[in-house]
Amino acid sequence: MAVGKVTFTKAEREKLAQLLWLLNWISVLTGVILFSLGLFLRVEIQKRQEVMSDQEILYVPHMLITTGLVACCINFLGGKICYECTDTSKFLRWKLVLLPYIVCTFFFTFCVLVGALMCYSIRNQLEESLFLGLRNAMRYYKDTDTPGRCFLKRTVDLLQMQFQCCGNAGYRDWFHVQWISNRYLDMTSSDVRDRLRSNVEGKYLMDGVPFSCCSTLSPRPCIQQQVTNNSAHYNYRHQTEQLNLWRRGCRQALLDHYTSIMRSIGLIVLLIWLFELLVLTGVRYLQTAMENVLRLGNPDCESDGWILENSLAETARSNFNIIKNLGKCYQVDDDPNINPVS
Amino acid sequence: MVLMKITFPLQRRVRLAQGLWLLSWLSVLSGGFLFCLGVYLKTELIRRAEIMDYTDIHVVPNILMMVGLASIGTNWFASRVCQDSLDATRFPRWKPFLLGWFAMAVVLCSLLLAAMVLCFALILYFLGNGIRFYRDTDVPGRCFQKETIDRLQMELRCCGNNNYRDWFEVQWISNRYLDFTSKEVKDRVRSNVDGRYLLDGVPFSCCNPASPRPCLHTQLLDRNAHYNFELQTEELNLYNRGCRQALVEYYMGLMNRIGPGVLSVIFMQASVFVSLRYLQTATEGAMALENPEDDSEGYLLEKSIPETIEDCKSQVLTLLKLGPVDPGDAEAPAEDKGAADAATSG
Repeated sequence: MAVGKVTFTKAEREKLAQLLWLLNWISVLTGVILFSLGLFLRVEIQKRQEVMSDQEILYVPHMLITTGLVACCINFLGGKICYECTDTSKFLRWKLVLLPYIVCTFFFTFCVLVGALMCYSIRNQLEESLFLGLRNAMRYYKDTDTPGRCFLKRTVDLLQMQFQCCGNAGYRDWFHVQWISNRYLDMTSSDVRDRLRSNVEGKYLMDGVPFSCCSTLSPRPCIQQQVTNNSAHYNYRHQTEQLNLWRRGCRQALLDHYTSIMRSIGLIVLLIWLFELLVLTGVRYLQTAMENVLRLGNPDCESDGWILENSLAETARSNFNIIKNLGKCYQVDDDPNINPVS
Repeated sequence: MVLMKITFPLQRRVRLAQGLWLLSWLSVLSGGFLFCLGVYLKTELIRRAEIMDYTDIHVVPNILMMVGLASIGTNWFASRVCQDSLDATRFPRWKPFLLGWFAMAVVLCSLLLAAMVLCFALILYFLGNGIRFYRDTDVPGRCFQKETIDRLQMELRCCGNNNYRDWFEVQWISNRYLDFTSKEVKDRVRSNVDGRYLLDGVPFSCCNPASPRPCLHTQLLDRNAHYNFELQTEELNLYNRGCRQALVEYYMGLMNRIGPGVLSVIFMQASVFVSLRYLQTATEGAMALENPEDDSEGYLLEKSIPETIEDCKSQVLTLLKLGPVDPGDAEAPAEDKGAADAATSG
């Protein structure tokens, strides 16, 4: 019981080979698309790598880039093979290569699927990475004189302005961080000394936020100092004031941004995977049809093509036996051609 | 004295017609490009419309769009003419329109040049009084002024009209948010003639993110208000550029990108003009010959420039007189008649 058996006439075989040649070339293009999607994602992640704590998320774009390149090579080879499979004499050259090629392509399409699924599953790791990265960025906001961190203030300010967000989860995160460097604090002032003494770690904490948290949608000039003190500002209640500062946290904003990018990329990769699977099926049919033609001896007659020669269970069993016997050496007792002397 | 005479054998005429056909189709494409350019410029201007009082600047993209559409039409006409130029039966029907075509091409090119010059002149006048209406977030028609100016200052990295001090002369905090029972507010309002609340502070959108220090945008002129802060030496705290200059530089950059394109369009149109003139005169010359396939001569002007101007002048004058008889002509037949009478009587 062959799986998926279809009978092919000579003309149909030739048409199949031509069609597969075309599809393989289209697959080379989709491989290029895969490569460029990976590159795009890599660039997007690297733009904001200062607010991400670990770089492990980069394995998603790297996976896409590698599969894209491999797809181009495999499908280029496939196109060449299918082009030459139109007649049986040239097919003989490729006969031995074809089965390993199909097996490799099958595993490769599996990798494409893994790449697509990774795009959807990376969200939790991304969130964790952003949480830690933003927390560190806010801590080092004031260290504009420390080498390696001097541009972090600018990065955070531009991030908050561009994504219209404030702090990690909200603007209150800035109240727990000293974001004004000691260089700009008048240590002789009693107000400053009181604040420094008011907490265990000697940090200058205040209920103020940087200017980049200010919302442009507010009808009122921005209130960024003494945000929680209603009496400090005329006609101001911070509980009801929604438009003064950006309400969204930057973690959520960045997460949404990257999730939407990766969802679209994941969808495209899934479609590419389906297309690759289709091409693979076609190549398998072509291979089996051409082999049956050779077996029958007459290049012009009809032949059958299938996906598996026997049912799935039998194929699995026979392959398993092959693998089991791979390690075994030749035993005289098992050879049916030799009559053991008993 | 023919102006710039060139001899055209049949093969060269054919080549000229083919080349002109290609050139005119390229000009059709460039006409489309001009139209799209006009649309792009118009959308850019509409985006900044709220801070620009000077709405006459819209004439520039309007001209570009009009010229783009007109040049698509005229260059399509030119391609039809040169397609028919090699066929002696079809060419004559285009003849009456050719003079009008030349005039139209000259008008289009000069309009385009005028638009470019106008653009550069207008840019220097366009930034309006936007910052005066910053605080009017409750006035219909002006309620988005604040948001627009904040976004403009942040995007273009500028502050105020000429620099940040412009904000010191304008009341940018609405009276709704001022506590008029407080002494400080009353003092400030009384301290100037118009009763405005002026302060030495700027909106947050003037803040420069590249500053190593958290932004200081209030009490800028007060030396004691901020620790270790010197307004004169602190260059990175606020943006130093004025928004007028920033907008000018932005639009100059835009023009620098667009300008060469427009100039090349004008150049292409001029080459179509010259080639069509040569083709017209060469083909007309060939049709007048006994053997149409012989060499003919093409030229730009039949007579030299001063003589052509004289001819045009006399033609225009005759037209303006609406066809009355010339006094010289009236006398000559009378004299002839008199001479004839004298001859017959004598």
